[in-house]
Amino acid sequence: MEKAIVLKNITKRFPGIVANDNINLEINKGEIHAIVGENGAGKSTLMKILAGLYQPDEGEIYVFGKKEKINSPNRAIELGIGMVHQHFMLVGRFSVLENIILGSEKKKGITIDWENARQVIKELCDLYNFSVDIDAKVEDISVGMAQRVEILKVLYRGADILVFDEPTATLAPQEVKELFVNLRKLKEEGKTIIFISHKLDEVLEIADRVTVLRRGKVIGTVFANETTKEELARMMVGKPVLLKLDKEEVKKGDIILTVENLYLRSESGQILLEGINFNIRSGEIYGIAGVEGNGQRELAEAIMGLRAISEGEIKLVGESIKNLSIRERRSKGIAFIPEDRHKQGLVLPMKVWENVILGLHRKREFIRYPFLNVEKIQKFARGIVDKYNVMLSSINQPVEGLSGGNQQKVILGRELSQDPILVIAAQPTRGLDIGASEFVYTRLLSLREQGKAILLISADLDEVLSLSDRIGVMYKGKIVAEFKPEETTLEQIGLYMLGVYTDKDGETA
Amino acid sequence: MDFIVELIASSLRMTVPILLTGIGAVYTERAGVVNIGLEGMMIVGSFWGALGSFYFGPYVGFLMGMSAGMALALIHAVASVTFRVNQIVSGVALNILAFGSSRFLSQVFFKMATTSPHVKGLRPVKIPVLGDTSPIIVLAFILVPFTAFILEKTVFGLRLKSVGENPLAADTLGVNVFKFKYAGVLLSGLLAGLAGTYLSLEHTGMYVEGMTQGKGFIALAAMIFGNWTPYGTMWASLLFGFAESLSFRVVESNVIPYQFIKMIPYLLTLAVLAGVVRKSTPPAADGIPYEREMH
Repeated sequence: MEKAIVLKNITKRFPGIVANDNINLEINKGEIHAIVGENGAGKSTLMKILAGLYQPDEGEIYVFGKKEKINSPNRAIELGIGMVHQHFMLVGRFSVLENIILGSEKKKGITIDWENARQVIKELCDLYNFSVDIDAKVEDISVGMAQRVEILKVLYRGADILVFDEPTATLAPQEVKELFVNLRKLKEEGKTIIFISHKLDEVLEIADRVTVLRRGKVIGTVFANETTKEELARMMVGKPVLLKLDKEEVKKGDIILTVENLYLRSESGQILLEGINFNIRSGEIYGIAGVEGNGQRELAEAIMGLRAISEGEIKLVGESIKNLSIRERRSKGIAFIPEDRHKQGLVLPMKVWENVILGLHRKREFIRYPFLNVEKIQKFARGIVDKYNVMLSSINQPVEGLSGGNQQKVILGRELSQDPILVIAAQPTRGLDIGASEFVYTRLLSLREQGKAILLISADLDEVLSLSDRIGVMYKGKIVAEFKPEETTLEQIGLYMLGVYTDKDGETA
Repeated sequence: MDFIVELIASSLRMTVPILLTGIGAVYTERAGVVNIGLEGMMIVGSFWGALGSFYFGPYVGFLMGMSAGMALALIHAVASVTFRVNQIVSGVALNILAFGSSRFLSQVFFKMATTSPHVKGLRPVKIPVLGDTSPIIVLAFILVPFTAFILEKTVFGLRLKSVGENPLAADTLGVNVFKFKYAGVLLSGLLAGLAGTYLSLEHTGMYVEGMTQGKGFIALAAMIFGNWTPYGTMWASLLFGFAESLSFRVVESNVIPYQFIKMIPYLLTLAVLAGVVRKSTPPAADGIPYEREMH
C-alpha cells in the first residue's frame, strides 16, 4: 500500500522536555489515521512538525515516498499537507471567500481574480457536499461552518493530506456527525486524513487505524475495529483507567443559589443573558451545557460579581447578593474555579504560595500587621500541596512552571480551603489530561456528598451528563431547556444547544 | 465669494499634511503596528526636505524628506516588529530622536537651531477655481482612491490586512507576516516624511522647528475617526483641516482671545477620540507584537 507519510526516528526537544522521542509512524494513502494521547503526549508538536511550524532535531520525513524537509508552512502546502487547526485560523472580519484564498490568491492583471476564486470554491463545495455561504463574514458564521471554511482552505490549496487537530472540541454532537460525513466523503475522493483527538469514542467511530502517543513516544498503532475504548485508554495513560464515575445518591438539602429573571447587557447594549432562572440545592450539581459563547461565561461572572447585572436577582441562601462586591460574595461562601486559569485563576509569574492566598490575603491568620505572615502562609500552602498532591519542586516556584493539572489543583486547593457553600466550576477540566480530570471529577463528587451546591459549566457534554443532577442548556443567553441526565440523550441536548429546539417540548424554532 | 474660495483653498492646504500622514497611518495600523512616531517622521521630513531643497532643489528635497521618514520608520519596524518592543514606547522614543536630531543638524547646516533660510518648492499646477496649487495637494487626494484600491482589490492589500487582523492565521497560510508589517510601517514613514516635506517646501517655504505642531498625532486621530479606512481618513482630515483654517481666520478677527481659537483643532481631536473610539473597529491584532512560537 502506498504511504502518504512516513516518519522515521523523529525527535524534537524543547528546553527541559523531549516533546517527540524517536517517533516512527506510517500513514497509508487514503486512510483516516487517528493519533491519540493525553495533553503533553506530543501530538501537537508532531503536527506542527508536519505543518512546517517546527523543525525536528533528528529524524526523517517521507511524503509520498520522497524524503522531504518541511521547513516552512509554505513547503507543507506545496507538498500537499494541509492543517485544519483546532483554534480556527480565520480572519473574523474577512469574508469566507477572502479567508479561503488568502496566501494563494490568483491574479488578473494587478487585482485579485475574484471570479475565478468563486468558481473554484463553488466546485469544491459541490464535489464534497459542503454548505457554506461564500460572502458571509467569518465572524458571523457558526462554528461548524467555520470548520468547513478551514477544510476548504486546505482543499483550495490542493492538499492531499489533511491534518485535523482536535476537530470536534468545539462542536455540538450534530455538527460532529456532519463533520464525520464530510470526512468520509473526503476519504472516498482519495484524500488522506490524520485525525488528532483524545475523544476515544469518536476515534473508534471514524478512524481506520489509531496510533497512541504517550510522553512523546509511540506506544503502538492498532486497527480501530480490533480495539476497544478501554484498551486505548490504557495505552494512553499506561495503567487501567476508570471510565465510569461512581455517583452516590445524595439527599438534596435547602436551596443555596437562586437566580431569578437575570438579564445582562454588554457595554454596547447587546443582550448577553436573557431571563435566566434556576436554583441549586445543597448536595446538587447543576450542569450548564451549551456551545461556547452562548452566555455561560457571563453567567458565571454575573454570579461572582465580575459583571454588573442589568435586571433580576441573585440570592445565596435566600439573601440577595446582587449588590455585594466580589470580596463580600466570596466571604459569604462562593468559590470560583474560572474557565481560564491563566487569565483569571492565577498570577502566573507569582510563586505558588503567593497564588495560594490570592484573595485570602486579608484573613487575620495570614497577617502579622502590617505585613504578611509569610511563615504561616507557607505552612498553609504546604498543607494544600500535600492534600491535593500537587507536583512541584518548591512552593517558591512560579506557578507558570507547573503543568495544567497541577495549576488547577492549586486553584482547587485555594478555593475549597475556605469551606464554601457554593462552588462555581467553569470548564474545570479544560486542558487537563485523563488523570487530572479524574481527580477533578472525584473532588466535585465529594463536594456534592459534603452537601455543597455546585454550578458546573462545561463544553464537554459527556462531563456534564455524567456529573450533573440537573442540566440546563444555554443558547443565545437563555436557558432553553432543563433536564435530568437520566431523562435525556446527547442528541437531544445537542439539538437544544444548536437552537434547533427552542422550548422544552421540542418544537422547532 | 472670495472669502469662501480662500477658505476652501486654505482648508485643503491644511488638510494635506494630515491626510498624507493619516493615509500612512492606515497602512501601518492595518498591518497591525501602531505608529505614534508619525509626528517624529513628519519632523525629520520637514527638516531633511528643507535641507535637500536648500542644496539641490525641491525634487531632491522631497526624496530626502521621504527617505528620512522611512529611515525613522525602519527603526520603528526593527524595534517593534522584529524585537517586539512596546510600540508606543518605540514611537515616543522616535519622536524625541526626531526633535533632537533636527535641532542639532539644523545648527550644523543652517547655523540656526530653529529655522532654515528660504527653500524652494515645486512648481504649482493650475487648478480651476483654486488657481495655483501645489502638486502634492493633488497627489494627496489621488492617494485616497489609490489606497482604497490597494487595500480592497490587490493581493498586497489582502495580505497586509490579514497580518493586522490575525497574523497567526496569515502565517499558517504562508503569508510572510514580518514582510507585510515592515511594508506597512515603511509606507507610513514614507508618507509622513512626504507630509513633513510638504510643510517646509510647499506650505511655509522654510523649515521651522516645531512646524508640525502635533499634526502627526492629529493624523492618527483622523485615521481612527475615519475608522481605519482611506476615505474615512480623508473626510476626517478635511474636518481637521477646515477647523484649523477657520481658526486662523477667526484669530484675525480679534473676537475671542486667539489662544482659545488655536485650541479648536486639538479640542476637536480630543472630542473625536473620546466620542468615536468606543464605536470604532480597529484591526483585531492592532498594536500586538507577533511571535511565531506561541502555544
